[in-house]
Amino acid sequence: MSLIEDYAAVAGEEIIERLRQLAREFEGRTVVHVNSTRTGGGVAEILAKLVPLSRELGIDARWEVIAGEGAFYECTKAMHNALQGSPVDIPPRLWQAYENTNAANADALRERLEEADFVIIHDPQPALLLRHCPNRKGKWIWRCHIDVSRPHRPVWRYMRPVVSAYDASVFSLAAFAHDLGHPAYVVPPSIDPLGAKNGELPDDELVAVRERFGLDPERRLIAQISRFDRFKDPVGVIQAYRLTRRFAPGLQLVLAGGGAADDPEGAAVLEDVRAAAGDDADIHVLELPPNDDRTVNALQRLADIVLQKSTREGFGLTVTEAMWKGRPVIGGDTGGIRLQIFDHRTGFRVSTPEGAALRLRYLFHHRELAATMGVTAREYVRNRFLITRQLREYLTLQLALLHDARERIEIG
Amino acid sequence: MAVGAAPSSDPPFVIRDCTLIMLATGVRAYTLGELMAGVRTVSADSIYYHFWGTLLQGSFEEREYNNDLAHWVRHSLHFHPLAEQLAVLDPSDYADLEALRVDLFDLMDASLYGSERLTWVRSAEPFEFLRHQIVVFDTGHRIEGPADMAEVVPHLSESSVFYHFVDARRRQADGRDDFRVWLDGVPGDHTALCNRLAGIDPYFGHLHEVRTAIAAAFAAHAGVPAP
Repeated sequence: MSLIEDYAAVAGEEIIERLRQLAREFEGRTVVHVNSTRTGGGVAEILAKLVPLSRELGIDARWEVIAGEGAFYECTKAMHNALQGSPVDIPPRLWQAYENTNAANADALRERLEEADFVIIHDPQPALLLRHCPNRKGKWIWRCHIDVSRPHRPVWRYMRPVVSAYDASVFSLAAFAHDLGHPAYVVPPSIDPLGAKNGELPDDELVAVRERFGLDPERRLIAQISRFDRFKDPVGVIQAYRLTRRFAPGLQLVLAGGGAADDPEGAAVLEDVRAAAGDDADIHVLELPPNDDRTVNALQRLADIVLQKSTREGFGLTVTEAMWKGRPVIGGDTGGIRLQIFDHRTGFRVSTPEGAALRLRYLFHHRELAATMGVTAREYVRNRFLITRQLREYLTLQLALLHDARERIEIG
Repeated sequence: MAVGAAPSSDPPFVIRDCTLIMLATGVRAYTLGELMAGVRTVSADSIYYHFWGTLLQGSFEEREYNNDLAHWVRHSLHFHPLAEQLAVLDPSDYADLEALRVDLFDLMDASLYGSERLTWVRSAEPFEFLRHQIVVFDTGHRIEGPADMAEVVPHLSESSVFYHFVDARRRQADGRDDFRVWLDGVPGDHTALCNRLAGIDPYFGHLHEVRTAIAAAFAAHAGVPAP
């Protein structure tokens, strides 16, 4: 089966037909995506599927990756944190590395980028390429995947004129958008339903994961699978578990996350979580290796209810992932979680550990309703948060730019 | 079905579909005063979006009000009287969105004048003014008469229903949907069908429910069982 048939089977033939119709408008045009890594991270994960899918639809889509040295990545990591609001100042030495790396990559990519009809630059790392392509003929779009609603001002003062020079920008939520003097599109992120993290898993793999972590199949299981980060409130999840366990004896909790080893703050949070868990054998604190997507997938499927009790959140793709697996989700009432969880429909939004405990008890008491919510959650994700929708929106906004961003465009 | 005997329209009904992309305007409001400033300055397509566009986005939240402005005034400013007044406004009653914009502003201004609380109350969550662009496709399907329509409507995509039944109210000069406008050119008496279509309120249900209601109207007109 072709990739496009695989997606049609999951997303629906109607969605694919719409994509085919949009794609016809791109005959003879080239689209180039540029980011800073081929593997690892959500952007690479999406591009790895988005580009082949575009090509199967007949679009001449390409994916270029810029390369840099240590100082460049040091700079872009600091930029990433600063643009998300951390008061990080970047020394001139690192800015220089950022500029030099973009200039060097522009030398290698210039011809392809200047000839392309659309260039989509992902995140701040390659954003300076535009300055080095003075003879560009196509539309350049800056795709911002991070929450830049409250950026650290000195860094934003540097980046703002850089990204304002683009023909358009794309943000994941309206709340993240800035007035940059050009169209600012809102395109929520998406999941790949066929990837390791969200594809179907065989039963024996689920059993193996359950046995690996000593989970009892006869007892209820709740899980939060997310980075060990204070904004994800893992200690609050333990409090909710304890409040619930009095009414759900034998309840098991999995708190799984990755990346704490190379993140000093993550390590501190993990330590707090382990301290809060104490010697409770039914709290399983799991530090997963990076990109252990199949284990994440399995744990989400093994859980009866998934939590994402964030106190601050960008979009919250972990919520989307759990919903896709047909699980009701209890999530913090914040950020993009509000676009996904609707009380009594796909789960519950909560503000406190007490609220989470109340909703856990409710869902354990109303098993059939919980199952219905899971079904609804999966359908909601199918309609709104799959990669096919994201591709449709990318194609739509590119078409709109071709038509001078007019409000109404008629094709076909 | 005796499709061949059905009256044919000239021209046929062209089935279109659409996709909508959302844009941020960068305009946000935390207070009624800021909301008024936004209503006064945003483009007309932003006003359109907050009345109609969200229907296509789909949501599980019950649409207790027919527009986002009323919803925000009710749930974020907690001011019911203005929410109710804003919710009564029907864009298809207006010759254009500029006239609607004036009424929106006047209602808010009157409330601000009449309520001391509204001069200072601030929402925790802002109202984000959005706008949209719409790409319209010709699906290639043509419908010759109402009897054919009874067969086709149940298979329309929700976005097609949106285009013909909701978006049409802005495009058509008299604020009607595309089906009723098309029926004007179809031989025969379609008064009952048009009245039934006019009675379908697109604001409070989901588009699939609207589709079911339209299909039932055409089926009844054609004398066939509802889908």
